[in-house]
This record gives sequence, structure tokens and C-alpha cells, in this order.
Amino acid sequence: MTLLSNCPDPAIGAADPVASAAQCASPEPLLSVRNVTLLYGPEQGCQDVTFDLYPGEVLGVVGESGSGKSTLLSVLSGRNPPDTGSVVYRGQDGATVDLYSASEAERRRLLRTEWGFVEQNPRDGLRMNVSAGANIGERLMAQGVRHYGQLRHAGLQWLRQVEIDPARLDDPPRSFSGGMQQRLQIARNLVSSPRLMFMDEPTGGLDVSVQAHLLDLLRGLVRELQLAVVIVTHDLAVARLLADRLMVMRRSRVVEAGLTDQILDDPQHAYSQLLVSSVLQP
Amino acid sequence: MQTMQAVLEVEGLVKTFTLHPQHGVVLNVLQSVDFSVLPGECLILHGESGAGKSTLLRTLYGNYLPDSGSIRVLHEGRPVELVGAQPRLILELRRNTIGYVSQFLRVIPRVKCLKVVMEPALARGMDADQAQERAEDLLRRLGIPERLWSLAPGTFSGGEQQRVNIARSFMVHWPVLLLDEPTASLDEANRRVVISLIEEARRAGSAVIAISHDPATRDAIADRYLDMQPKELSHAC
Repeated sequence: MTLLSNCPDPAIGAADPVASAAQCASPEPLLSVRNVTLLYGPEQGCQDVTFDLYPGEVLGVVGESGSGKSTLLSVLSGRNPPDTGSVVYRGQDGATVDLYSASEAERRRLLRTEWGFVEQNPRDGLRMNVSAGANIGERLMAQGVRHYGQLRHAGLQWLRQVEIDPARLDDPPRSFSGGMQQRLQIARNLVSSPRLMFMDEPTGGLDVSVQAHLLDLLRGLVRELQLAVVIVTHDLAVARLLADRLMVMRRSRVVEAGLTDQILDDPQHAYSQLLVSSVLQP
Repeated sequence: MQTMQAVLEVEGLVKTFTLHPQHGVVLNVLQSVDFSVLPGECLILHGESGAGKSTLLRTLYGNYLPDSGSIRVLHEGRPVELVGAQPRLILELRRNTIGYVSQFLRVIPRVKCLKVVMEPALARGMDADQAQERAEDLLRRLGIPERLWSLAPGTFSGGEQQRVNIARSFMVHWPVLLLDEPTASLDEANRRVVISLIEEARRAGSAVIAISHDPATRDAIADRYLDMQPKELSHAC
């Protein structure tokens, strides 16, 4: 199974040159990942990961704990340099940035502007002691917005968008429930209109009803804003609801990749079959 | 009629399942299936339970991964190969060209019935008011009471969910329409509505490939049958 662009699949090219030409004419990938490897020990970390992510596409990364999902996410999001391999991002201006030959400052700029990162634990992604409004305004201020009225307006607008009562604008997130904190974290990221979001188990640790609410919200936002997303989850139901395609990881390697419903309904690899058949059907 | 181009051409399609957790048992479900369908035509997949009818439909939709062969779909005027296609291309085909109706609605928590039905039209960029009008018309025809429209279908009865799913599938025009038991467990009145929806779609040019165990539905819509026998070559007749 190949995930490369440029119509590498002989089946497509050989079958019909017209179709393959049409496919290649679609927009350039937002993120091109080639042979990324970062190992902490034998089969610990991720190795030889290659894929392209296109604008508006949601890629789910699934697999058991310790399979390397989070390590991969940290490499993709510019937080952790790989041992080998490259991550190339195509910016808003069309120029490509090779993440790990770019400067630290450039990587940080991307993480604060064109990218977002939703942590599993909202405490890692929020400032717990400043107001919800200040949490939302922070990225805008980093982009040079200084006008208090504008910041406050954005804060109110985004609270509404993630279905938090705007009256809570001046409250600190530590006074919020877990589900509200997670939604606030999403608002804080989205305020700078990112094109690419990384999410690490965004619904982990939430009640089922709160999870459903958050998933519904994420689904809507992803479509509305044409966000590209890489989402790490061990929950296959979450993956089915949100992801267009999946990568299944096991012991640091991608063992299978493809269309989400195909992987879940007709898994090919022995490990994917085990993973899918181990889930209790609600 | 002779110059009309097939919207779907299947050649030498093979689909096996290897069950790794069960000692690698291999099931040869589809062994070199060939057929093609013209716009407006209705092909019924015919065969006993276990002959691979649903497997074939799911493979045509890209839900099951074929082993070999070719599935060519006429997509926006161009033939596109589905076997080996990238996920992105399959999703594009599903948005604009290939529709699939099963008996079961995959319920999304908290999403209202009306919104569930409107979604395929909105995904193609139809105006929201226009989409709502069409959705309401379909729900009315399929006998879903208006008081349910603003509720999430998670709590609906099985039959209501099935009809919501049908309404959703007939929101937009599909050049290729795959139907897996569309009228199973529907009452007579609703069955007639579904048959007329299928007829309308065919008049608009949809090629229909259907599985139906209900003789009344079959007789009403069939042009041709594809005989599917387990362990033997299938052929159209």
C-alpha cells in the first residue's frame, strides 16, 4: 500500500493515463513526510514513515500504546528532530519549508500561526491561571493584534463557536470542566486560522457524552475551515467518525494504511485484523 | 443506445479474505467477476446468501479492498480506475459519482435528522435552503413525521433510521447507485415510495446495481440479472 503522491501506484497509471493525470492535477500536499525515523530503542519510537497530507484531509494514526503514534506526532509537528528522514510543509505563501533544516524560530512561528496542536491533557495546552479570553487572545497578540476590543471580540466569538457560554470569558480554565477545557484548547488554536492541526488523543479521558459533543464539534470545524488534521487516537470509533484515512502503527512501523472504512471493515494486515476484532461493538 | 458509454465496467475482479487470527483461512469470495452497466440501467445481483453479493457492492464502493482486476467508473466524463486508487480519489468518487445505500444508518451522535439527510447535498455545495427543501420533501414522502426532523436519529426505530438513510441517499444524483436491500423490512407503502425513487433516479440517468430478496421490488426495477454462484465464474445474463 502506497501513500506517496505523484501517482506512484502502477495500477492507476497503467489502467488509465487520463485518470492518473487528473489525479496528479489536484493541489499540492500540505505536508510531505519521507522515511521519518526516531528511535529510542529497538522498535521504540517510529521508523520509516512516509506519507503526504493534502489540504482538508484528516489522517488518523491508530495502534496500541507504545506503538510510536505520539513520537511520530512530535516529529511531524516540529517538536522533536528525527534521526533520519524529512518533513516538508507547504506554507500559505506556497513556499516549502523543510522543518528540520529550518531555524528553531521558524518552527515556532509555524506552531503559533499556521499550525495548531491539541494536547491530550488540556492542562498542557492551556494557561490555567489566566482567563479563557486571554488564552484565546494569546496567538493573536503574538501576531501583533494589540487592540483590546478586537481581542475581546475574538474571545467571545470563539467561545461561542466551541459552545462555551460567553459569560465565562473572564474565568480561568481551571474553573472549567474537562470537556470545556478541551474545547477551550481547540478555540485557542483555531483563532489564528491554522491550516494544519495535530491532535493527540483529543477525546481521551472525557466522558462518553462529552466525547460525542467534542467529536461533533471537531467534525463541523474540520469541514467548515477545510483543516488538514493528523489525529492520534487509540479509539477506532473516533477514527471512523473523524478520519478520511488511517495509518495503523505497530512496534514503531506503519503496518497498513488506507481509506478509513476500508481499514476498519476489511483490514489486511494480521495486526490490523486483531486490532479491529478486539473492539467491543457498542 | 449503442453509442452510450458504460458508467461502470468491471473486469476480472477478484476478492479474497485472509483471516489471520483464524489460522490464515482464505475465503475466495469473488473469482473473476465481469460486467458493465449503462446509464439508466438496473442490474440485480442474484444468488444465494453467501454468494458474495454484498461483498461485490462493498468492493465497488471501495469499502473492501480488491485483490486484482479492474473497476472503471465514469467520473465527470472520464474513466477512473478504482482498483489501487488513493483514498482521496475514492472519497471524491463517493462525493460525486458513486452512491451506496445500505439498510443501516450510521448514526452520528447529536446530529439532527434533517441535517443528516441534507449532508450529501451540502457536501456538493448545494445551497442550504434548497437542500433543506429537498430533504423535507423526501422525509415527507418516506413518512418520517415532522416532529422527528429536529431530533438526532439515534433514538429512532430501526425502520425510521432505514428511511432516513434512504432519504439521505436520494438527496443528490448519483451516476452509479449501489443498493443493498433498500426495501428490506419496509411496509408496502414505503416500499412503493422507494421503488419510485429508484425509478426517478434511473430516468435521471443513474445506473443502478442492487441486491434485493424481495420479488416485488426486483420485478419492478430489474433490467438484467448478474448470476452469482459461489465457487464458479459469474456471468451476466
